[in-house]
Amino acid sequence: MLSLPNLLTRLPAGVAQGIVWGVMALGVYITFRLLDVADLSVDGTFATGGAVAVMLMLSGAPGWAALLAAAAVGVACGLCTGLLHTKLGIPAILAGILTQFALYSINLRIMGKSNQTASVKKFGLFWETKGRGFLLSSLYIPQAILVGLLLTALVIAALYWYFGTEQGSALRATGANPHMSRALGINVGNMKLIGLALSNGLVALSGALMTQFQGTADVNMGRGAIVIGLAAIVIGEVLCDVCFRKGANFAVRLAFVVLGGVVYYLVMVLILWLRLDPNDLKLFTALIVALFLAVPHLRAQRRESAVRRRTAGKEA
Amino acid sequence: MLRVEHVSKTFYPGTIHEKRALCDLSLHLRPGEFVTVIGGNGAGKSTLLNAVAGVWPVDGGAILIDGTDVTALPEYRRAAYIGRVFQDPMMGTAPNMQIDENLALALRRGKKRGLRWGVTKAERERYRALLSTLGLGLETRLEDKVGLLSGGQRQALTLLMASLQKPKLLLLDEHTAALDPATAAKVLELSDRIVAENELTALMITHNMRDALAHGSRLIMMHEGRIILDIAGEEKKKLTRRDLLDRFAALAGVQEETDSVLFS
Repeated sequence: MLSLPNLLTRLPAGVAQGIVWGVMALGVYITFRLLDVADLSVDGTFATGGAVAVMLMLSGAPGWAALLAAAAVGVACGLCTGLLHTKLGIPAILAGILTQFALYSINLRIMGKSNQTASVKKFGLFWETKGRGFLLSSLYIPQAILVGLLLTALVIAALYWYFGTEQGSALRATGANPHMSRALGINVGNMKLIGLALSNGLVALSGALMTQFQGTADVNMGRGAIVIGLAAIVIGEVLCDVCFRKGANFAVRLAFVVLGGVVYYLVMVLILWLRLDPNDLKLFTALIVALFLAVPHLRAQRRESAVRRRTAGKEA
Repeated sequence: MLRVEHVSKTFYPGTIHEKRALCDLSLHLRPGEFVTVIGGNGAGKSTLLNAVAGVWPVDGGAILIDGTDVTALPEYRRAAYIGRVFQDPMMGTAPNMQIDENLALALRRGKKRGLRWGVTKAERERYRALLSTLGLGLETRLEDKVGLLSGGQRQALTLLMASLQKPKLLLLDEHTAALDPATAAKVLELSDRIVAENELTALMITHNMRDALAHGSRLIMMHEGRIILDIAGEEKKKLTRRDLLDRFAALAGVQEETDSVLFS
């Protein structure tokens, strides 16, 4: 039997999870939308972030330190991909796949086995608590949502500031038009390095948050992260276009990316509630992403053919 | 201002596509000189500009800008000295960034880009004033995305961007070839004005002989990677299209009919 109360009780957890994946989608947004690079290393760095966080928490480090360390390691992973791409001339997609592949072994080394468990409850996120502190944990969902939103707001504010600076503008220009960027004296290679580092730092941070949320890290936790990130981005962009027809401020667009992550997870909750086979989820996700990524292209084509019909009509 | 000394460049060396694009080419530009470059397809005009801009390293020779040897510098480092406008109006601007953001990127050409704010209020005022001199109504559209502009508007904006931070050298690579004749004329007029007002040293490639004669203080003609004609001063002012065709035929040893086709 499908019971509505059952669905409603499951939704908040979906929201919390969606926010955490939203942070990861912000990372993907930097490479995919701003830098115009498809970076596949994120599947690895998400798990790396989780692995670093879980091991630090097990050794007694406070939650916030685990988050920062995970982000720093993520930055290093991004630099690896960036160096493979810019200094060794390996195509960006392949560089990302190589990093991701290598990280699987590294993640196993970090954790010593394929998964590790460490309850954030014991350690707290910002201060020592005996439970019910300021935590991002699936044990206290409402609080997890609040903490997630606060952290996300911080990340969005930082990104809004950075991409408004001279360097951030140069990074956006690199993605928009590398030709022009070089002619205007922008070191395109360095900008790609910075973008990939930033992006993977955020993805690893998200992995660490997910580890705190579910209390475990698993070497496979990042599998398909890139697709979920893309799903969040495309869903968020469509919603943003619907709400702001005249285009929205950069910070608002970033907020919609996180919202896209939340919507994605709510849809997943709904699908599970409908008793569809969870093994089919990846298929659904891939279809949704393919559909939304295709929409701009199909729209442009339709506009083009409409113009052609009109001009043909005039000639006739 | 610009010294190109015995520069050579061969593309795809050692393959059946091998092409000697520049052959031991030398060219000196005095400060304030505005040189138009003509020549048929494959004469090496664009190759010359790209060699100066540093798009790829040259095989031999040296390039000096205002006394600085830039031969070994990558493209983005040479940009400190050079303003550029490309043939493709899409190439000189970032379409999904605002007009003021594009100008702000250009203002920082050759400068360190740190963590200060990307566009300041004072700058915006300056941009507004400069844009209003174009007479295209762009001064009220500072926050519009450049992708919304027409090709002519984008070339005008790119010209402004190239001269915003006064360059030691302005490179115009057939920057009106993709525009309709009326727009092309306007953009050329604007180029003249910007070069004159800022006393720039400039190299302008054109496919149009009339434009090459009407603009600039010196004219060079290229053929097979060499400069075969170099005319300046009074002699250039008196030069006609007929003269050019005759001299091209004599110097390059090509049938006149083909020249007319090349230069039409």
